[in-house]
Amino acid sequence: MAKKSTQLAIDTRPWRDTANNKPFVRIKNVTKKFGDVLAVHDVSLDIYRSELFCLLGGSGSGKSTLLRMLAGFEQPTSGTIEIDGQDMTEVPPYNRPVNMMFQSYALFPHMSVEQNIAYGLKRDNLPKAEINDRVAELLSLVKLQDYGRRKPHQLSGGQRQRVALARALAKRPKLLLLDEPLGALDKKLREETQFELVKIQESLGVTFIVVTHDQEEAMTLATRIGVMNLGEIAMVGEPTDIYEFPNSRFVAGFIGSANMVEGIVTEDEPGHVRIRSSELGCDIYVGHGVDCAPEQILWWAIRPEKMSLSREKPVTPHDANVTSGIVEEIAYLGDISLYQVALESGKRIRVSQTNSVRGNPDAITWDEKVYVTWSDSSGSVLTV
Amino acid sequence: MRRGWFLPIAAALGFSFLYAPIVSLVIFSFNESRLVTVWSGFSTKWYGELFRDPQMLGAAWLSLQIAAIAATIALVLGTLAAVALVRFRRFKGRTLFSGMVSAPLVMPDVITGLSLLLLFVAMEGFLGWPRGRGMLTIVIAHATFCTAYVCVVVQSRLSDFDRSLEEAAMDLGASPVRTFFDITLPIIAPALVSGWLLGFTLSLDDLVIASFVSGPGSSTLPMVIFSKVRLGVSPDVNALATIIIGLVATGVLIATIIQLRSKPKKAKA
Amino acid sequence: MTATHTPTIPPPRRLKPWNAVERSLAKVGISGRMLVLAAPVLWLLVFFLIPLAVVFGISLATKQFGRPPYSPLLTTEEGTVQLTLHLNNYIRLFTDNLYIAAYLSSIRIAFIATVITLFVGYPMAYAIARAPDRWRNILLMLVILPFFTSFLLRVYALTGFMRGNGVINQFLGLFGVEPLVMMQTDFAVYVGIVYTYLPFMILPLYTTLVKLDVSLFEASADLGARPLRTFLSVTLPLSLPGIIAGSMLVFIPAIGEYVIPSLLGGPETLMIGRVLWDEFFTAANWPRAAAVAVAMLLAVVVPIMLLQRAQSAVVER
Repeated sequence: MAKKSTQLAIDTRPWRDTANNKPFVRIKNVTKKFGDVLAVHDVSLDIYRSELFCLLGGSGSGKSTLLRMLAGFEQPTSGTIEIDGQDMTEVPPYNRPVNMMFQSYALFPHMSVEQNIAYGLKRDNLPKAEINDRVAELLSLVKLQDYGRRKPHQLSGGQRQRVALARALAKRPKLLLLDEPLGALDKKLREETQFELVKIQESLGVTFIVVTHDQEEAMTLATRIGVMNLGEIAMVGEPTDIYEFPNSRFVAGFIGSANMVEGIVTEDEPGHVRIRSSELGCDIYVGHGVDCAPEQILWWAIRPEKMSLSREKPVTPHDANVTSGIVEEIAYLGDISLYQVALESGKRIRVSQTNSVRGNPDAITWDEKVYVTWSDSSGSVLTV
Repeated sequence: MRRGWFLPIAAALGFSFLYAPIVSLVIFSFNESRLVTVWSGFSTKWYGELFRDPQMLGAAWLSLQIAAIAATIALVLGTLAAVALVRFRRFKGRTLFSGMVSAPLVMPDVITGLSLLLLFVAMEGFLGWPRGRGMLTIVIAHATFCTAYVCVVVQSRLSDFDRSLEEAAMDLGASPVRTFFDITLPIIAPALVSGWLLGFTLSLDDLVIASFVSGPGSSTLPMVIFSKVRLGVSPDVNALATIIIGLVATGVLIATIIQLRSKPKKAKA
Repeated sequence: MTATHTPTIPPPRRLKPWNAVERSLAKVGISGRMLVLAAPVLWLLVFFLIPLAVVFGISLATKQFGRPPYSPLLTTEEGTVQLTLHLNNYIRLFTDNLYIAAYLSSIRIAFIATVITLFVGYPMAYAIARAPDRWRNILLMLVILPFFTSFLLRVYALTGFMRGNGVINQFLGLFGVEPLVMMQTDFAVYVGIVYTYLPFMILPLYTTLVKLDVSLFEASADLGARPLRTFLSVTLPLSLPGIIAGSMLVFIPAIGEYVIPSLLGGPETLMIGRVLWDEFFTAANWPRAAAVAVAMLLAVVVPIMLLQRAQSAVVER
């Protein structure tokens, strides 16, 4: 989901113009080993000022380790980390212009909300009056004006989350790191808070790096997403790129759901590619050139909503992009229905159809023979 | 699960076994007669006798001093040891260190007592210190085994300590030392208090080790009690026991109430 | 809060004194870790480990009159250092029936007492673990409370209870039962050990039992096991670490017990702790007492190792 569909001016996306924009955070060839375990492997990443960058990955993908290296809790085994042009690799956490919001919130249980927020300011030896002003400002920012004197255990989960955010913002860090910031909230609260978080980030202009395992959260929040797998960055891109143009089988399978089939290149032209897939039981005609060789085995992935179902065989150009099968399962989800179709090869694919007619008596049902079709630009050709 | 009768009855019998002798001891401390087993009327005269016994009072005062000092030393050493064991995952000699810390917990008292005495005698021979034996040597001996107890108590508190609290403090600009005093110490404070109290009680209670390492003129309270009790029952010991039980019970009661009050009620999200 | 907030570079930090101290220590190779470790390591080395070595050393000396009352191990004679080791203390331990009998009887008494303590303590620990939340803390406090009152006084309380004209016999007398002889018997020693060490058994048992998920028992019952079967095949094996830890916490100190056998036991109640005490205080034979201590240590080494393993299992669960 694009965050600001009305402002697509090029200057809001500095990563599209790397020649003229200097990255704010530079992670260069960072590797982290714990004993023999390789947690992060040769990661290089540029993040720009005022970005809301999401590191997305499963558990053990190395995303949290990367975040902790940015905060200074872990030292890279090799590689460097630069923030705003300064080398931060050796700087201890308490001397970095970086603050972190912890997954557990890590609110000091023996201090009130105010004392928690003021803690970082006191470490900077700011005058008392200024500290008080700043604390009041932050409390109103997170809408907790009346809760300053409470102890963390007297707050609800959502309130604690906001205190943690306020505390991390108190020192006006150049860079804010958020470790699963919404992970401990229930679904409804999480959705509300997502938008609040984006609003605060935009109004303050602080650079956010968010670690999450929740792809929906990453899609909603991020200007760009870095997908991590086994300690490496699998793909970096805007949410739409990640979803619509995955660069690998891993990314295609990790984000959303995708049907993936194996095929062999039979025609390799500058303007199109033809792939024969015995799994699919038909040819795939791709309407653009692909960097591949004839006879090469590769994969083709397509999202369930990019296909359509019909009882009659549709007419398709190029004698391709249509196959048939039997409806095996139907999951009715309200807005859409998800069909599982068994192809002749035994391969099962999923197709989603929008339920645009209320209570449609003519809807395709179990055990029907159906044709599945798609357009020549709907799928992604994947070589890795 | 269905609750049977067996467990409650077993527990009731067990608790009566634990408390019946103590209760009878308290009752007979108010007995008129010198015979502590035959009731002959209510009296508080043994309490009066107790407070007129200079040997008993002197020993009590000495024991209290020793216990306070030993518990304080043990608090510092035990806390440091616990921090090392919980926080330093790997260091040379970790196994030896953890063994050294926990072995005094179960070491038979006679061995601890004898070994320390022999050490003190040998040290006096080589170094001329400690000169003779008395309060100082008892304090050292008690601090050593109390360290083990403090370490266990603090260790358990530290190991379920959320490390991200300390990371948060450092992230907000506090140096490691500052973090320790601002965050770690206040949060483990209850464990430190109970560790100290435990050390204090154990020191106050020790007979065997103190008997080995004490010198002439430094008899602790348990040593005096033991010499009296060895000769048979004496009603002023009953009176003393009643006072001690009363103090301990009150102390534990207050501690429990404080703990229950300060215990955070879990907020509903 | 206004919406436009440009990130500002934090003001320069004052150099904290502690940072400076840390840095200068680091220069000479002293890390914070070493500072934390130094005090407890030194203390325990000097006052725990070295004393044990000294005990071993002196066990190889022989009794002599003077101060200290044992022969020096190292002597200098005409410029050469001589090491004199006497094995007679150990030879005596193996040949004198008194020592062998005391050694074996200590192990037997400690073992029997430990088993009794387990049988008394297990149902109590189980009852507390299954008690309603409100009761649990109170019951637990009742277990710990006697532990905080003097050990010596609790043993003393037992003497008043068990003596010839004590509370038990007076109570039995009401029913016309002849007074039982309990004091100065091995029975009294068992009672004494069970009575004073019961909390040590209950606490680790409670710790393992309270962590057992109730749904385990429900699952077992659901699969058709009767309560006794469930107990034997689910509860008991899962509480094994607690059983071992508790048993060792009773067994190890009981072996070296001195106060209980000397106040409750009879003259024929032989225990190694008492032998050591008498050797030291009555016979003033320090080297022999040291040899007895070494022998006693050997008896508790294996239980201590068992305890260490069980304790880490109790904690991890």
